[in-house]
Amino acid sequence: MKAVCWHGANDVRVETVPDPKILNPRDAILKITSATICGSDLHIYDGYIPTMQPGDIIGHEFMGEIVDVGSEVKQLQKGDRVVVSSIIGCGQCHFCQHQMWSLCDNSNPNAWMQDKLYGFGTSGIFGYSHAFGGYAGAFAEYVRVPFADFGAVKVPEGIPDEKLLPISDAFPTGYMGADMCDIQPGDIVAVWGCGPVGLFAMRSAYMLGAERVIGIDRVPERLQMARDFAKAETINYEEIDAGETLKEMTGGRGPDACIDAVGMEAHGTGLGGLYDEAKQAVRLETDRPHVLRQMMVACRKGGTLSIMGVYGGFVDKIPMGAAFNKGLTFKMGQMFGQKYMPRLLGYVLEGEIDPSQVFTHRFPLEEAKQGFEIFKHKKDNCIKVLLKP
Amino acid sequence: MASTSGEGLSSSQSEASEAERWASLIGGSAMVLMGLRQRSLRGVLMALAGGGLIYQGATKQSTIQQAQEAIGMNQAIKVEKTVTINKSADELYRFWHNFENLPRFMKHLKNVKVYDDKKSHWIANAPLGQSVEWDAYILEDRENEFISWASAEGADVDNSGFVRFTKAPGNRGTEVKVVMEYNPPGGALGAAIAKLFGEEPEQQIGDELRRFKMLMEAGEIATTQGQPKGNG
Ligand SMILES: [Zn+2]
Ligand SMILES: [Zn+2]
Repeated sequence: MKAVCWHGANDVRVETVPDPKILNPRDAILKITSATICGSDLHIYDGYIPTMQPGDIIGHEFMGEIVDVGSEVKQLQKGDRVVVSSIIGCGQCHFCQHQMWSLCDNSNPNAWMQDKLYGFGTSGIFGYSHAFGGYAGAFAEYVRVPFADFGAVKVPEGIPDEKLLPISDAFPTGYMGADMCDIQPGDIVAVWGCGPVGLFAMRSAYMLGAERVIGIDRVPERLQMARDFAKAETINYEEIDAGETLKEMTGGRGPDACIDAVGMEAHGTGLGGLYDEAKQAVRLETDRPHVLRQMMVACRKGGTLSIMGVYGGFVDKIPMGAAFNKGLTFKMGQMFGQKYMPRLLGYVLEGEIDPSQVFTHRFPLEEAKQGFEIFKHKKDNCIKVLLKP
Repeated sequence: MASTSGEGLSSSQSEASEAERWASLIGGSAMVLMGLRQRSLRGVLMALAGGGLIYQGATKQSTIQQAQEAIGMNQAIKVEKTVTINKSADELYRFWHNFENLPRFMKHLKNVKVYDDKKSHWIANAPLGQSVEWDAYILEDRENEFISWASAEGADVDNSGFVRFTKAPGNRGTEVKVVMEYNPPGGALGAAIAKLFGEEPEQQIGDELRRFKMLMEAGEIATTQGQPKGNG
């Protein structure tokens, strides 16, 4: 089959590789009908995710049709149309049973790699480095889905892939970002990053009862999309100081909750931004925490920071005094896909939201490299790229 | 943990309470410090089990140990590791008690054959494509709680260990603690066998317990062996 393989920073190649096989009794094999590049794929593309190996097949946001099932698969059959969670969960451990799927104890064969850095291993993720299991990803014609009964959600025929595909990753990530804000009547939620996850976080914040939602970015098209798709107010942080503007917009209180939908490759401004870029470039700092710092200062006293942008390792110069003295609550983590997917599918089927609106570009799988370039540099008003095998 | 062993120590001095004392020590992590630094694990386990066949072994053990100390070969490998598994103690105990199941998650074991409820035969993969074998005896067996074992005299690798199952608080399943000790023999083979558990024995035992947990909770051991990959 054809698959997109990672070979180093900015080097992905479409290669012919063997088809995946059932390796464990709870596996299913999926014929992929659609996949899409996620913001966190860019961290891999840019070479910032450790434990990637040349030849690894990448991609974690996808859907398709079941073509084979292992002997212990109970809920799925050949021919089922499914959307698959990017996070792999066993369904049986303490964490899966408490809906904390990305913390699964049993889905990551390389959890020992994380023991040293994180203290404990987390779940496996498709196409997301060896520390996260080393699972072959979904930018391919076929993919093996471990614990398929738990990760693959059946979807009806007759609805285009684009409407359903974001339920795999971007939509639940954004939704969880908003859910963790514990939104109360009257709350104002600020979302850093107007990419797909940020857009879904904004929509979700409204769905969960936010009074106002403010989107922050520097790319005019993405800000426009935040206004159109999510009905958010927007701030271009390259034009005006985001912190001061947020204060003015919120009656001097600051946002009740701040969502980070950017993560480790945030673009900073001024000296702080240069400092992070320089340190990350020479590997003195793994992540650029610019958004994190700004949120800690901008958030209202006693507010919540909800972090959905990916961080991989170490960050520097964190204004801990602000967070401590203002009594902030931090919530974060890779998304709990299986917890949210059925609910989000319901919203899509009821017509409450049309996730297909975030797709601006479509490429065949062979042109994945071009998709990455356009998405990375936000060329041609790109918000999200659909890949068709 | 400290309070548990404290209670044990302050109780009466009858033989029964001596066993109780070791039992409570084994209950806590103090056991490894007390038991493994000063004496062999085998000694502790035998004192705990007491009597018969096992007592014989205990006296033999001291001879082996003296000999090893005399030639500077007392380089026992001692490991202790605990994992919490989201299953009941009796389910885990039953699976473990059939030692023939152990190679399913212990990669260093090639095969285990159970002869009867005391005796079994173990074959382990040693480095350089070799294998080592020994007979082992169950020393103490408390249903759903505790199993200890030790190799018989003349084993390629003198070893002993125990596994303990304790209910975890608040529906978190069962805490499974494994303590093992290996005394590799001398000579060139000894040096190779010293690495039976690799460069980092704690890591190896930790990985094996993780696989045990996967098998018991999820029904399978997560793997990516045999999946596609590009070669450029
Ligand atoms: Zn993603
Ligand atoms: Zn799990």
